[in-house]
Amino acid sequence: MGILIDKDTRLLVQGITGREGSFQTKQMKDFGTNIVAGITPGKGGSEIYGIPVFDSVAQAVDEVDPNASVIFVPPRFTADAIFEAIDSEIELIICITEGVPVHDMMRVCAYLENSSSRLIGPNCPGITTPGESKVGIMPNPIHRPGNIGLVSRSGTLTYEIIDLLSKSGIGQSTSAGIGGDPLTGTSFIDVLRLFEEDPMTHAVVLVGEIGGTAEQDSIDFIKQMSKPVVAYIVGVSAPPGKTMGHAGAIVSMGGGTALEKIQAFERAGIEVGRSPKDIVQKIKTIMSI
Amino acid sequence: MMLYEYAAKEIFSRCGIPVPGSSLITSADDAGAVARKLGSVVIKAQVTAGGRGKAGGILTAATPDEAAQKAQRILGMSIKGLPVKKVLVEEYKKPEKEMYLGITIDRKARRPIIMASTEGGIDIEETARNFPEKIFRIHIDPLTGIHDYQARRIAYSLDRENSTLITDLVKKLYRVFTDYDCTLAEINPLAQASGAIFALDAKMVIDDNALFRQDVGEEEDVDALSGIAKKQGMSYVSLDGDIGCIVNGAGLAMATLDMIRYYGGQPANFMDVRAGANAEQVKTALRIVSSNRNVKAIIMNIFGGITKCDEVARGIIDVISEVKVPLVIRLTGTNEESGRRMLEEHGIDLASSTEEAAEAVVELGHSHR
Repeated sequence: MGILIDKDTRLLVQGITGREGSFQTKQMKDFGTNIVAGITPGKGGSEIYGIPVFDSVAQAVDEVDPNASVIFVPPRFTADAIFEAIDSEIELIICITEGVPVHDMMRVCAYLENSSSRLIGPNCPGITTPGESKVGIMPNPIHRPGNIGLVSRSGTLTYEIIDLLSKSGIGQSTSAGIGGDPLTGTSFIDVLRLFEEDPMTHAVVLVGEIGGTAEQDSIDFIKQMSKPVVAYIVGVSAPPGKTMGHAGAIVSMGGGTALEKIQAFERAGIEVGRSPKDIVQKIKTIMSI
Repeated sequence: MMLYEYAAKEIFSRCGIPVPGSSLITSADDAGAVARKLGSVVIKAQVTAGGRGKAGGILTAATPDEAAQKAQRILGMSIKGLPVKKVLVEEYKKPEKEMYLGITIDRKARRPIIMASTEGGIDIEETARNFPEKIFRIHIDPLTGIHDYQARRIAYSLDRENSTLITDLVKKLYRVFTDYDCTLAEINPLAQASGAIFALDAKMVIDDNALFRQDVGEEEDVDALSGIAKKQGMSYVSLDGDIGCIVNGAGLAMATLDMIRYYGGQPANFMDVRAGANAEQVKTALRIVSSNRNVKAIIMNIFGGITKCDEVARGIIDVISEVKVPLVIRLTGTNEESGRRMLEEHGIDLASSTEEAAEAVVELGHSHR
């Protein structure tokens, strides 16, 4: 069980022959992920690690019937790769690429609304359901199967927390990185809803950071959840961002600092950890371990 | 990347948005010459920091002599630590009415939002807070772009008399916003003066992720170290403390800074070497951070995903002899085994977690004083 991906996930790798794409494909394969095809335009007909490479997503869909895709293509081609996956009705699209222009993402997000696809990312480490499947770039050895769901906007900080949980004997149902960009395909609430419905997940760790109000937006949902949530929000000592014009301030009306986020969670009665170690401690207490 | 006002106005002007006549100058004498042509002028410091007016960086002058004198004054000053090297000398337009027009990205709605208000000027944020009904807001579908009726509604909300002019201007500003990959395109104030409409100020922020397809010329003002880091795809922000920090990933970097504070230390900088850092970048990062004289100890915290530990180790080994303060390294994740082995061969020990490393570096920083 777990959410979003499991042993039935049939993965497509867009950008499989690139430096990162091929390296991470090997890592995912070693983890046990079922990778059914790779895409690199112009390299159709070749193979990498025994995985067939196609020129287009449509061809791969005809030949090997994937139900998820992971994207490693460079930023200037990323939106096109996502559109291609959406048009081929890939259910789950996970975009690892960092540095995608935000105007591209606005068009992608609008296009997604009228599609059957779900996008995770961009600029995210992907998703791991320990013991079943890994899609993305999280290091292989840190995971351990269990009952904690993890959702995070960060990359490396996510690994840190997973690693610490595992070393403390606390396994994960699924760890999901939703990405650190201003616009992402999937929000905290979307993932929290899936964890709430997942019988394997008994409690959730939410990792947020400064910028935007995605963390606060999830508070009302968390209050309705039957499962406990522990939050960790970083950036208390981050340098304040440059104020750029008035428009940003008018839209958000504050709320972007780590302190504001922490206070909003605490006011709502949601536990906030002070450090990764403290998160683990709070999870232990909640789960009576 | 934030554009200088003059650069944004050049773009506005090219796209048909009316701006007052002006010249960019770098010497006070030139200011006098420009004023002789333009008459009454406004002299505006060109820096990419906010609060120019309050800092005395915007002055009016009625005569060429006064213009030269005031330009001299502004050219000598620093605004928020940024020296003023260029000044825009602009035809003075007495505003009969100051409005606000801005386009940005509403993260929550995941689409562009246009905002307009009849009460423009420096107090616009105050107005938005206290009288939200005074800000007219409209979202745009990024797939269709702005519809004429939307531009008309904004124009009617601002100034019925000049609605045709403003409708056109709103559409042009939206065009600037999309064509130049802006995260912000703002006119404040949008002024009605001598029967016409002018953008008296111009703010454009271009999405850094889109710079590969935008040729917007001059870089914004940054300090030297941030500039070096940026050239290698890393991000560096200097802070007031004495613990140097090098981390991969912004989230882990912030967590590391938070933990240094938690253990009683003060970070000297924020530095994210980004995913996939290679040996060369690691070397540059160590050099940048240790070049800050306030630094008493350095923490390097790497959790490899895309970043490979052996690459990082190679960079550390190459540059370690140059680092004169204690260095605490935490290195784990992809290719950890070979990275660890390489460092151990050079007698470099590793901390096992962020918290252990943070605690250790604060301790070392204190004893190094």
